[in-house]
Amino acid sequence: MPDWMTDLSVWLRVGEILLGAMLILLPLLAVVAYYTYAERKVVGFMQMRLGPSRVGPRGLFQPIADVLKLLTKEVVLPAQANRGLFLLAPLAALVPALGAWAVVPFDDGLWLANIDAGLLYVLALTSLGAYGIIIAGWASNSKYALLGAMRQAAQVVSYEIAMGFALVGVLMLSGSLNLAAIVQAQSGGILDWFFLPLLPLLLVYLVSGVAETNRLPFDVVEGESELVAGFHVEYSGSAFAVFFLAEYSAMILISALTAILFFGGWLSPFEGTQLAQAIPVLDSGIHWWLLKTAFFMFCFLWFRATFPRYRYDQIMRLGWKVFIPVTLIWIFVLGAARYAGYTG
Amino acid sequence: MPGIRGDIVRWLNSLLYLLRSLSLWDLFRGLRLTARRLFSHKITLRYPDEKTPKSPRFRGLHALRRYPNGEERCIACKLCEAVCPALAITIESEERADGSRRTTRYDIDLFKCVYCGFCEEACPTDAVVETDILEFHFERRGDQIMTKEDLLAVGDQYEEQIAEHRKSDARFR
Repeated sequence: MPDWMTDLSVWLRVGEILLGAMLILLPLLAVVAYYTYAERKVVGFMQMRLGPSRVGPRGLFQPIADVLKLLTKEVVLPAQANRGLFLLAPLAALVPALGAWAVVPFDDGLWLANIDAGLLYVLALTSLGAYGIIIAGWASNSKYALLGAMRQAAQVVSYEIAMGFALVGVLMLSGSLNLAAIVQAQSGGILDWFFLPLLPLLLVYLVSGVAETNRLPFDVVEGESELVAGFHVEYSGSAFAVFFLAEYSAMILISALTAILFFGGWLSPFEGTQLAQAIPVLDSGIHWWLLKTAFFMFCFLWFRATFPRYRYDQIMRLGWKVFIPVTLIWIFVLGAARYAGYTG
Repeated sequence: MPGIRGDIVRWLNSLLYLLRSLSLWDLFRGLRLTARRLFSHKITLRYPDEKTPKSPRFRGLHALRRYPNGEERCIACKLCEAVCPALAITIESEERADGSRRTTRYDIDLFKCVYCGFCEEACPTDAVVETDILEFHFERRGDQIMTKEDLLAVGDQYEEQIAEHRKSDARFR
């Protein structure tokens, strides 16, 4: 038996990490459940409908009923499907979407891991999520699923670049890949947040984020009206639920990252003013991060209720001919500004 | 427009278009519209609890009516059977002991019926009517054929309401 296996402090640390992961994942799952409820309510309200209103008061138990339904349904394995890959795909989509939460800083000092290449880690994991979808499309042995997977592959390749470039702007201003350091670089009140000098990059990042998570108006991967359900046509029951979970936690992750990278994470907009010193609630804290994240989560639903789906060639045009040039130009402008002495 | 002025106008137009699309003007207008709808009045009707108002002319489940003294109105003239475009009505008649003509069979097949209301219009004695009942169903094959007894029972149960609807619409009949 190696030395470290008998060392109590190692096991204490392992337990600490597991506890921390639980403290992140369990609330996250609850938020995902009620995010679906919020989605149906918000989209319903925007279409002048009521949305779910039958299960429990104001339909509040609807997500619980949905989960019970999905978990008790049969997972159908298509006869010609590749068994192993078919069952691996939902996990391949879920694990990166949840794993990225390890480095998200919720408040000053409140994080599971504070690694130096945090931003790179997040970018890598969100890209890995696409493999789940591609594998699902391939393993289902269905033409609709395969078409959805092919579209996903093309979409990810196009938007990953613009997204990465948008983050390069953040790197240039903060000078760090560490997410907590990026937030700290934005301290000093609302005017010091990165969304002002990086406004074009913020828009690019947000839209690429919507495209990355396959949400409307970029949901050609699911393409309800043309591809039935796209990559997950053949999935049912809990396997489908896992895809669902992955998609929604990815959406929440993109919202959280937008808040952290461009809107100062846990920092208060009144930071450093008399007001913040007088009223403690207005000072920096986790509630500001929650508030900002909730706003961007709402934006996802807002976009869904507002915009019609992009045509496939329009998506490609937007990605390659608009976003990449815009980000490149802005990075050049930033570089020139920094060379001239601007420090953000 | 010829010459340089046309060029300038065309150039200005394309500049305007560029500004419009770069500032996401149209997208923000769309977002504003949906944001307003978020707080607007909701038109959902929560059906079994809330229902839309019905006209007194509503054509639902059929009924056979009686006179206030209990005598059935139907005189077996078979005008309804003749006018029915779906051939949903079957009538057989006989002379009763008191010498009047009455039906021995009056069936309406509700699967054939198209609820056009012609039978009601054709009836000289206001005997066959369509009530405003729209929530009915059948659980066994054959139940959809309403016999004379079924129709009279419906008429007896809802006579008050039927009479009131006829009265409120009398001006137009």
